[in-house]
Amino acid sequence: MRVGLFVPCYVDAFHPEVGQATLELLERFGLDVDYPFDQTCCGQPMTNTGCHEESRATEELFVKNFSEYDYIVAPSGSCVNQVRRNFTALEQTEEVTAVRAKTFELVEFLHDVLKVDAFPWAEFPHKVALHNNCNALRGLNIASMSELRNERYSKPKDLLGKVRGLEFVDIARPDECCGFGGTFSVFEEGISSRMGQDKARDQARSGAEYVTSSDSSCLMHQEGCALRLQLGQKYIHISQILNGSRA
Amino acid sequence: MSAATPQTPAGKSPEGAPEHLTHAAGASVTMPPRGPEEQPRGPVIRPGRPVDQSEAAKRFMAAPQHLAMHDQRLWDLRQKRDRQMHGIEEWEELRQLASDIKMHTLTHLDHYLAEFERNALANGVKVHWARDAGEHNAIVVDIMRARGAKRLIKSKSMLTEECGFREYAAEHGVEVIETDLGERIQQLDDEAPSHVVVPSVHKLRTDVAAVFARTLGTDPDNADAGYLAEQQRETTRPLILSADAGMTGCNFAVAETGSVVVCTNEGNADLSANTTGLHIVSMGIEKLIPKLENLAVFVRLLSRSALGSPITQYTSHFRGPRKGGEMHIVLVDNGRTDRLGMEQFWTSLKCIRCGACMNTCPVFRRSGGLSYGATYTGPIGLIIDPTFNRHKYSTLPFASTMNGSCTNVCPVKINIHEQIAGWRKVLSENHEIPAFKKNMMKAAGAILSSPRLYRASLPLADSALRHLPRFIIYNRMNTWTRGREMPHTPRETFHQWYKRERGKDGKKGKGSGPSPKVEGDAS
Repeated sequence: MRVGLFVPCYVDAFHPEVGQATLELLERFGLDVDYPFDQTCCGQPMTNTGCHEESRATEELFVKNFSEYDYIVAPSGSCVNQVRRNFTALEQTEEVTAVRAKTFELVEFLHDVLKVDAFPWAEFPHKVALHNNCNALRGLNIASMSELRNERYSKPKDLLGKVRGLEFVDIARPDECCGFGGTFSVFEEGISSRMGQDKARDQARSGAEYVTSSDSSCLMHQEGCALRLQLGQKYIHISQILNGSRA
Repeated sequence: MSAATPQTPAGKSPEGAPEHLTHAAGASVTMPPRGPEEQPRGPVIRPGRPVDQSEAAKRFMAAPQHLAMHDQRLWDLRQKRDRQMHGIEEWEELRQLASDIKMHTLTHLDHYLAEFERNALANGVKVHWARDAGEHNAIVVDIMRARGAKRLIKSKSMLTEECGFREYAAEHGVEVIETDLGERIQQLDDEAPSHVVVPSVHKLRTDVAAVFARTLGTDPDNADAGYLAEQQRETTRPLILSADAGMTGCNFAVAETGSVVVCTNEGNADLSANTTGLHIVSMGIEKLIPKLENLAVFVRLLSRSALGSPITQYTSHFRGPRKGGEMHIVLVDNGRTDRLGMEQFWTSLKCIRCGACMNTCPVFRRSGGLSYGATYTGPIGLIIDPTFNRHKYSTLPFASTMNGSCTNVCPVKINIHEQIAGWRKVLSENHEIPAFKKNMMKAAGAILSSPRLYRASLPLADSALRHLPRFIIYNRMNTWTRGREMPHTPRETFHQWYKRERGKDGKKGKGSGPSPKVEGDAS
């Protein structure tokens, strides 16, 4: 199985450790993982702003970089949701639809494709609050949603439940958006920061030592808010915990 | 970077708040109580200019008591809704059914409108057709004039808000008395409703006390809910009893019976319809459902979604005029047929105005309904308002994180967040987004589609530019740091790390990386 690793632009620039953990984690399962060198971004900043035409060339580049792989895996539900559901500026050739269908967010790849049943190397003796990115939750359905009346499940909790010593804590509004919202975080900074600060306070009240998520974008925003409010919880990407990081 | 630079909003700052407390960082600081906090108002509407929702939202967030109360009240409604949902096993099937019924009706609207009119006429109702708001307003005032009626009592109706009816009526010598408590408060304060179900939810009791003191002469220092409600009742009841005409809106219109159904919790629709001999119903043409049996589906969903109660206190059916009286129904289009023709947006006509999308929306709860500067606020407003005026409401679809919670709570399954995204595309293609935004996205598109330019744009720890990549902050100022700290800029990017560790072909360190495989590997 040949896997193409997509490292989103903000992970590349601000959280390289998340890319490293994802790469190493996938390699632990004996996968042949490539990092195509010419990759940039999924085009979400433009699409999110309504500028689909401006996103086309970036989407073309993505398809060109990744069409040869059996699976494309990224540590970001938001970017994967963009590829799978919003890659519409392009002509929908066979190559394009194939790339869209085989692009997976890390948690769903581990849970649904690899069907991982153990992370023997992983131990995280901390109280952890889980944050699900809205695109991963309501776009990719990595967990059941509080608004809907259907069976409860959580793919990230299933995976984190296999980590020794990890203790979950619940926050009061688990499904509430943290306010990152891509370009929203810059264009509507007032509401965005306020939502992030409320989220960070909710996490602090829960007694969480760490907050984890399958999306670094939400974590980057929440961490910035928590630091501003001088709250003590730390932020760590799920790939790092699953790859054996202990703190 | 401007973390310490005060940002002055375009509108007025709340009284007593130092300028620097009006930005987001300041909003998290609780200001010392100094008498009742003044109620933040909606945006200043400038002719020909798009509504500045974020400016009004910032002023709302700078009023900590209002913000906390508003967020908590509406979040409570959302939680009550969830509890009601869990009590109904077939909830998701009901939503699907409701959506299917509405889709069917809307795709056969001509048929059901004709059937409804036929049956209403047979019931002795006079039916009027209004192409737009102006025709609606004129029809209602003409009905009243022809009968020498001067005072109109009415229950809550978003359609009459949409038509600007109250203003028109006042200009034409008709006195309108709202009979819904929240709507009456808003009327007395000369302010639009901020929410389709709870019109004055953005007001504290102290705000209501101030409005009543000013308009009804009550004690300005008494903000007791019982006192305020009683004073309102005492002063409004005589006006109600001496009215000449009554008006209601319409929650559902049943084609097979020609009847209209109004749901209230205060019984004020019955009061408005039955106190005088003249009952005028204003209804949008999208309110139709084919059969009476369909109503059960919607009645089960409406109040559970709206307020988290199993049903409204009153579900009133109006089929024909009272003995010796008259009943009129004004069927209003006002842009609805145009909307029906919009391929991406027509399903917004399924909306039953429950307000669940507002209650769950994290942006709405923190910015207040007035900030939208429109009749329809919150997520549903973001997709309906631009159909009325694309330029004026061009900023609204951007007042969302597109998190999708609105779509999930919608009892008629409108894909609200996808339509928000759809509107962004339409607005961008029609030059209705600010030029700096469009240029920024053009630049971002050029950079992100070129590996070389992209690499050159990234910040490096040893560079003087320790800031976000240019494609994110290509702006007059970096807004990130007003309410947040900047992310730490690492020593090297992932790309650089990979190149150093693994080589450009990725073969250098493969399999001998820093994390050797351990026993029990799942592979």
